[in-house]
Formats: sequence, structure tokens, C-alpha cells
Amino acid sequence: MKASIEWLKEYADINVDVKELGNILTMTGSKVETIEEQGGDIQNVVVGKILKIKPHINSDHLVVTKVDVGNGEILQIVTGADNIREGDIVPIAKDGSKLPGGVEIKTGKLRGIDSCGMMCSVGELGLDINSYPNQIENGIMILSDENALKDLDKKLGEDIKEILGLNQTVIDFEITPNRPDCLSIEGLGREVAASLDETFKNPRKNLDETKVENKDNIEGLKVDITAPDLCYRYIARVVKNVKIAPSPEWMVKRLNACGVRAINNIVDITNYVMLELGQPMHAFDINSIEGKHITVRRANKNEKIITLDDQERTLDENMLVIADNKKPVAIAGVMGGQNSEIENDTQTVVFESAVFYGGSVRKTAKAVGLRTEASSRYEKGLSPENAFRAVNRAIELVELLGAGEAVDGMVDVYPTKQKVNNIPLQVEKINNLLGINASKEEMLEILKKLDMKVENDIVTPPYFREDVEQLADVAEEVLRFYGYDKLGMTLINAETTLGGKNKEQNIQDNVSNYLVNLGLSEICTYGFLSEKDLEKCNIYGNNPYLTEAVHIQNPLSEDYTIMKTTSVPTMMQMLENNNNYKNKAVKLFDLSRTYQNKNSAIEKGELPLESNVLTIGMYSEKEDFYTLKGLVENVLQVAQLSRYDIRKETNNKMYHPGRCANVNVGADVIATFGEANPLITKNYGISQRILLAEINLDKITKYARNNKKYMPIIKFPAVERDISMVVDENVEVGEIKKVIQKKSKKILEEATLFDVYRNEKLGNSKKSVAYSLKFRVPDRTLKDEEVNMAMSEIIDELEKTLGAELRK
Amino acid sequence: MQEKISQIRQKALEEIQGASDLAKLNDVRIKYLGKKGELTVILRGMGSLSPEERPVVGSLVNKVRDELENKIQEAEKAFEAKAIEEKLLNENIDVTMPSKKISLGSNHPITQIINNVKDIFIGMGYEIADGPEVELATYNFDKLNTPPDHPARDVQDTFYVTDDIILRSQTSSVQARVMEMQKPPIKIICPGAVYRSDSVDATHSPVFHQIEGLVIDKNISMADLKGTLDMFAKKCLGEKTQIRFRPHHFPFTEPSAEADVSCFVCGGKGCRVCKGEGWIELLGCGMVHPNVLKNCGIDPEEYSGFAFGFGVERIAMAKFGIDDMRLLYENDVRFLKQF
Repeated sequence: MKASIEWLKEYADINVDVKELGNILTMTGSKVETIEEQGGDIQNVVVGKILKIKPHINSDHLVVTKVDVGNGEILQIVTGADNIREGDIVPIAKDGSKLPGGVEIKTGKLRGIDSCGMMCSVGELGLDINSYPNQIENGIMILSDENALKDLDKKLGEDIKEILGLNQTVIDFEITPNRPDCLSIEGLGREVAASLDETFKNPRKNLDETKVENKDNIEGLKVDITAPDLCYRYIARVVKNVKIAPSPEWMVKRLNACGVRAINNIVDITNYVMLELGQPMHAFDINSIEGKHITVRRANKNEKIITLDDQERTLDENMLVIADNKKPVAIAGVMGGQNSEIENDTQTVVFESAVFYGGSVRKTAKAVGLRTEASSRYEKGLSPENAFRAVNRAIELVELLGAGEAVDGMVDVYPTKQKVNNIPLQVEKINNLLGINASKEEMLEILKKLDMKVENDIVTPPYFREDVEQLADVAEEVLRFYGYDKLGMTLINAETTLGGKNKEQNIQDNVSNYLVNLGLSEICTYGFLSEKDLEKCNIYGNNPYLTEAVHIQNPLSEDYTIMKTTSVPTMMQMLENNNNYKNKAVKLFDLSRTYQNKNSAIEKGELPLESNVLTIGMYSEKEDFYTLKGLVENVLQVAQLSRYDIRKETNNKMYHPGRCANVNVGADVIATFGEANPLITKNYGISQRILLAEINLDKITKYARNNKKYMPIIKFPAVERDISMVVDENVEVGEIKKVIQKKSKKILEEATLFDVYRNEKLGNSKKSVAYSLKFRVPDRTLKDEEVNMAMSEIIDELEKTLGAELRK
Repeated sequence: MQEKISQIRQKALEEIQGASDLAKLNDVRIKYLGKKGELTVILRGMGSLSPEERPVVGSLVNKVRDELENKIQEAEKAFEAKAIEEKLLNENIDVTMPSKKISLGSNHPITQIINNVKDIFIGMGYEIADGPEVELATYNFDKLNTPPDHPARDVQDTFYVTDDIILRSQTSSVQARVMEMQKPPIKIICPGAVYRSDSVDATHSPVFHQIEGLVIDKNISMADLKGTLDMFAKKCLGEKTQIRFRPHHFPFTEPSAEADVSCFVCGGKGCRVCKGEGWIELLGCGMVHPNVLKNCGIDPEEYSGFAFGFGVERIAMAKFGIDDMRLLYENDVRFLKQF
């Protein structure tokens, strides 16, 4: 909301400089966004009249002019402009003048002829061409009687800033949505008065005392509301014998300062009242109302209206319209229709001052793509009481401007009276809530400044403060003027709480630290994916990664349509990014979530399963499957998970079918790791092997046990035996180890693989595997016979079940 | 005889002194102390001495022998030390050659800020809470005093999965869950990802991170909130950091405030980061709205509390001098390794 200091001064004396005013208002809740000294960078530019235009002897496109700049001073100015005529009144930048952008104008010669200044265009004055529709962009600004520039002949030599109303200081405020009253000069004026501790001058006090007879109809105009849930009040007043004309200078200046363009007296009055009192107004020609009967009703599906901006809008039954007997004439609270627009020959005008349900106006404005000054006020919820003041102010201005004759009485349909809040004033509670120690008198003083009535310790906020509903709201009002900056700083005086991280958070942090120490870099990623990303990772058809995806109704783009069911595509994307940057040996990890719509949870109104997943992705000359396996095993150890199996996985489409494994706890897969399927590596344009691991941290947390206990170190010696065998290539060393463990009669301490080799002698599909076995028991020295017995059982079983040939 | 021994001693000491290396020294040892060494011969020949002479000579020979042994050992040690010294001289290396370390990885700058904030609040007795990112609209909005027609619920700002299920637009949703599940006293912070329908550019991202804080107990005041945030700001952004409260409005707090901190880049003098104002808008906060307490089953007559929430990216960017938000999600290791 923009407000000029000049206008605000009508409400309160301002005896501080504008910067300090800004600081003070910011600290009482009206945050200052910008302070604009309009025309501040224009100096010594005056009104001048072109007396003569002559050709330039040395140039075809330049002319030499004589300009009267007042006080008998005539300047010779050379210009290239072609939109000027003798007699035109234009802005003249005199010798030594300054223009926006640091431009300085000096006397000089143009093609050999003296030029003592410059004529200015709208742009050269730093003004917006859209605010001056009669001017052309590439020509000199021609001042005329339009826009209330009267008697210009008498103003030659006067400062252009005065003439154009550019000498204003305008503050732009950020108004929070709970304060629609501050979307008005009056509301801001109240805040200024309260903040500066000045008297609120209340120049519109008369509006509170105005009495107008409520009639069934005026000049035949009737009003009905058929949607009282969306329209709380509708007031119409009528003005006859309207004379459409430009508004006076003072009004135009104020409108301009607030960023509103002047159009004609009637339209300007509606805008002026909106800026002044915060109540949007609408004016329309009574003759365009079919049957002189206004109905405030829901629109029909696919009903159409052409709005004032010449656009056709399609409506639906959730939208509210102002209609006559045949057609909608306005979208309620958003914009009027072209069919009822004020024309230059309009004789009788209806002023509408209405209050609509904010939520509906907001949705409608959004749906038709038209957020206006009016709708942005309505959507915050306006006071129906203020609507009455506004319509009477409009009539007052009509009379002041001589724009027509007001017809007595009004049509006021007011189905839902504005609620009045009564809040008990609990001084101690307010002090406790805020942590201050204000006396009751101080609080009463503050509430009085804010027009809050207090009787018998009951606070009754004024009609324009519907946001003050309960004690906490009153507390905020007290604090605003007690001073947010005077609020002390204390620490909580309450029961001690333990605080800290839980098991999963500790595991996450420990794992993360381990990976960082190992040289991996943590990445940060979006939770979104698209189905295409999954296809790029070889996921098609009925794969649960697709069927269990959570779909977003209104995605930002087609790249972000679902929530990720696996982090692999995202990880691949990040590896691709790095590969494109030619980064060598890239090792990344991601701690993020996956989202799975298990058992159609969403369709049942329940939430999808969210899992915390650690994803690792690497490419490097030095790393292979087994480095990754070691890394995964260490992650599990860091997480204090000791009991698990690593099993080959051949069906996971994202991985190399021969180089992938699952980590299981019982039947539960808690991690998958391996080489990425070369098909997908290719899709991401990477030529190296990619190592991937997905570790479900929720499951790890579930199975992790911190039950460390000291085991006495065995004093008895170990018996070591090596065992070497030839087996078929497809026998996994893990199977051999399992046989050894199973048949070792519980005297085996550990079995360590120490050699695997293949050669021609062994044959094509054979390999030699050697294990070193260490036998030991805690309570005695093992006898050779015991070990021999175990060894022979192990060998028997290896031969029998795995077809191993023992090498002697 | 004693004279002879004394001569042998004298000669042997000279030869030990004169031995130029370990081998020569060994020769000396053999010559005097070996099986056929001069001293050994004398000991062996003791039988020919008179019983009176025997103990005297014996003791003298042994004394000399011990002395020579010691001297030889000393000389040996000196040679060994010298030999080692020479060997070490040959083992000289270039200490400026590159090391063989595993180069360290890094936590993402966002994680680093979050970890820092967690540590500070854990130190003040807070727990770390967590909640779903795909969330029921009721926790994200309704229970937080944001009714269905509230602008924040617009499709334009919020991602919807169904009419009732959304991607949480604020970590405040966790507040409502914690309040429903836990009896006061409650002291939590909740870091996490949030989603808003903003296109990606240098200062916007549809996914970003927030940290939410919530305290509910008896007699919690707004001054407690300011004191807590002041302590947090000093620990997180530097001991000299000042905090300033300004009135503001949020649906779920009343009174509400926006908290600025003195610019931690320029110290408040005014710079590019604070746009010359000396203050940086840090977070939104306030006293938990009585309606929110009621909605979550807590009696506002008995309990009060405060809440605050801030964006992690903004702090990370200001603190590390990152000028484009997209860098945070591009995950270029040349960027990541700088933190």
C-alpha cells in the first residue's frame, strides 16, 4: 500500500523526518518497503511555452525554437523532436538542470547553433508512460488541460514537479493480511497517529454520524442478494445529472501518488474512496441495468462477461456476480463489466459499496486470472460497517466536485450484521504471555489510542478491527505500542528437558561422518522425479517403483510429477552432472527419503510410506564391487548391525545382473548394492562403471543393537589348518564358508579366504579356492584328534555337497 | 706380574682407542680377551703362581678384563651410532612430496547448517522431531489455524496429491503432530525439506529446508522466545550478533514477530548481503496461537508456548557467500568439496 506523506498529514501531524517515520512504523507493524521521493532527482525543470519553431540551417532533422520560460525569459533551444507545434506547453530542462539517471543539461551548440536547454519526454523525466496515456513515448511531453492541468499559460517558469505532482514523498508499506484496514490512508493515518503519539485528526468523522434513509428503491433501482453467504452487505446510492469531467488537481495528485491513474471524476471518486477508506467502490450507468434490478447471485456455469479491460471471462457457479435481470454486469469484488461502464454521456450513476466473502473473491480472482486493487482488499475480509461510510463519502465527493446531484436515500441490503467481539481484559495474563510488566493504565492508554473501547474490563475493538478476537490479539496490540524492542530477553524457566537425538538420528549422523571420512561428498536433492526418470533407469510396466509412486496433482513441470520411489535416478543424474563437468573419481552419498504408496494408502486417505534411505553412487578407476561391499559392511558396523546375510540379487533391473547383492536380515532386504546396469549408465552418458548402494536406514535402525559386552580373550593356543580345493566356477566362496562353519563342530574360531585362482590346468570352468581355518575353544587346548575329526567332516561335506576336489 | 698386567692394560686401551672400525675392535677383543688372548693366557697360567699371589693377580686380571670389556662395548656403541647416523643420512626424503591420505569428503552445506543448529538446541534441552513430507492437509493447515479458504492453501503455492494430502509447505506441520502425541513440556526443533510451487531460479526452489522450533509449557513468555533466539543467533552466527523483533502476522502465532539479526557479514555497517540495511531478516516467530493449542488438544488456559521457523538455504547462502541457490542442488563436487 502506497501512501503519500501529504495525504497522511491530513490524519496526524508528522513532526519527524520520513526515514524516522518509516522506522517507527516498521516497529509498530506497518513495515516500510520503500520510501520514494518522487521527482527527487529532477532539478530546475520548468514549464515553458514554444513561441516559434524555425528550421536549422545545418540540419534537416533539427529545428530551432524560441521558448518562453516565464519571467520574461526567452530561451533558444535546438531539438530533434517532431511532435511539437508553436504554442505547445512543454517541460524545459534549463541550463544546469538535472534529470533522473544523473543526466545534467548544459548550454551548448548543436550543429553550430546555441541551445540553452532541453525539452523533455515522459521517459526523460523518469515517469511511466502508462500513467500518461495521452503522451507518446518518443516525443516531447505536451502539457495540456487534460489531467487537471489548468491555466498553464499562467504557470510558465514554475517547477515541473509542482505541476505534475511529482514533489511527493511516498511510502510503500507491506501490510500483513490481518490488517485490511491499513490498506487505506485512513487506516495508515490511525497507525501514524498512534505510533507518533499524535492526535488522530479524524477528518472523516462526519461519516460516522451520517444518517441516510434506507429505501426499497431509488429512482426505480432495486437490489436483491440471493447468495447471502457470499455477500454480507450491498449498498447502492444514486447520482443524477452527472457531468463527466476531469477530476481536480489535488485529487489527481493523490491518486497518482498511490499509483492510480486518473480517468474521470466519477471513476476517480471510486478509486479515491477505496484508497482513502479501504472500501472498494464500483460505479455504473443506471441505464445499463436491465429492469433496474440488481441481483447479487452465483454465476451460472459457462456464463460469460466482458470485463472493463476488454477481456471475455468465463464464469462458473462458485463465482459471485452482480447481475441485472438478464446478464451479469460485474464480477463481484473483482472487476466491473464493460456493459455497464461509465461513458462520457452517462446521466445517472449508481455507486455500489458492498462487502463480499473474502475467500470467494480470492478464488474467483485467481480463477479468472484477474487480481485487482479491489479483489486484493476484499480477499482479506472487509468490514460491512465501513461500506456505509464509503458510499456516503463518494456522495460527498460528488457534491464537492460538482459532478452531479445526489438522490436522497439508499438501498441497503445487509443480511449478516458484523459481529462485535467482547474480550475480557486480563492484565496479568497479558503480562505473563509477553514477559513484560505493564500496568493496567499503560494498557488502557494503548487500547484507547487504537479506538478499542474498554468498559468494565471488557475490550470492544472498533468495527475496522475484526482481526482482534481474543486475548492474544489484545496482547499483540499492547506489545506493538509497548514496543517490540522493549521486550526483554529471558530464558525459559520451566521443567528441565533432556533433549538429544534418538537412535535413528545418531545412526544417521555416525554413518554420515564415516562416509565423509572415507572421502564421500554428501549431496542434496529434490524429492521429485518423473516416470521418464524411472524409465531411464530401466524401470518399466508393473515394477512397484512405478506402480507405488505418489503422483502430484499440480506438478511444477513434467520433470517433477511423482515423488521418488527410489533415489537411484536422482543419484544417476548427479553423477551425470559431475561427469559432464569432467570431474574424476566422484563419490557421492545422499541421505533422503523415498515415498511409496503401499496398498493404495493414498486412495484410502492415508499417507504413503516414507523411508529414510542412504544412497551411495560412485565412479572411479580405483573402486570396484568389493570396495563398495566393504563400504556397505562398514556402514552396517558403524550402525551397530552385526547379524545379516549378503545374497546375490539378479532381478533388480537397475543393477548389473551378475554384480548385485542384497543385504538381508532374515527375509527383510535392508540394502541393495552393486554395479549399475550398463544399460542405464549408457542412458546417463557415462562410460565408466557406476557403483550404487541403497541402504534403508529405518530398517537398519530397527535391527541395530548396541549390546556390546566384553568377552575374555582366550589364553589357549589356536590350531591352524589350511584347506585348498578345486570347485566349479559357479560355486560361491560364501557357500564353501558356510559348509566349513556348519561342519566345524563349534570349535572353529574363524575361516579366512586367502587364495582364489584359475588356470588352464584346472580347466575352463574350475577355480581353486583356499581357506585358512583357525580352531580354538575358550576352556582348553584343542587336541589334534578333535581338529582332525572336524577337518575330515568338513572335507567330506565339501566333496559331497559342492563337488570339491581337495588338493593335498 | 702386576707390572705385565698393567702394561697389557695400557696397550689394550691404546688399541681400543685406535681401532678404526668394528672389525678392528673385534680384533682387539680377540687379542686380549679371546680364548688365546693375552689376559686369558695370564688367567690360565695362574696355576703357576704362589698361593699368596694368586688372589691378588686374579682380582687384578678380572678388574682389567671388566674395564676392557666396558671400553670395547662403549667403542662398539659409538661405532654403531655412527653407522646408523650414516645410514639415516642416506635415507633423506623430500617431505614436500604429496601425501598418501584418503582425501576427506564433505557434508552438504545445508546439512552443516542444520547440524550446527541441532547442536545448539540440543544443548538447550531440545529434542529433534520429525514428520512426514507427504502430509495430511489438516496438519499443515487446519490445525495451524489456516482454514480452507486461506491464501496459503492455494494450488498455486502448495503441491497437492489429493484434496486432503499435500507436500508439506512448512515444517510447522510437525508442531501439530508433536502436540497431539506428546504432553507438555515440549521442546523440539524439526529440520526438514518443505515444498512450495516456486520455479527454480537464483533465489527460489520448489524444495527447500526449514527448521521449526516449538516450546510448550506453563508460563512460557514472548520474552523467553526472544531470549532463546538471541542465544541461538549468537551461537550460530557469532557472539556479537544482535536480534531485533518486529511485529508481523502468521495464522498460527499471536502475537507474531519477525526477527532480524544484525548482518553477520558486515556486522551491521551495511553491505551487499544486508542490502545496506545492517539487518538481515532471519525468521518468523511468535506465541503459539490459542486456537492451535486447542486444535491439538492442549488447554491454552494452562499452557502457553512459542514457535519459530526459518529457511536453512538463506542462512547457508549468506553465511558461505553462495550467490545462486541452484548451486546447492547441482551437487558439483568442485562446489561440495569447498565445505
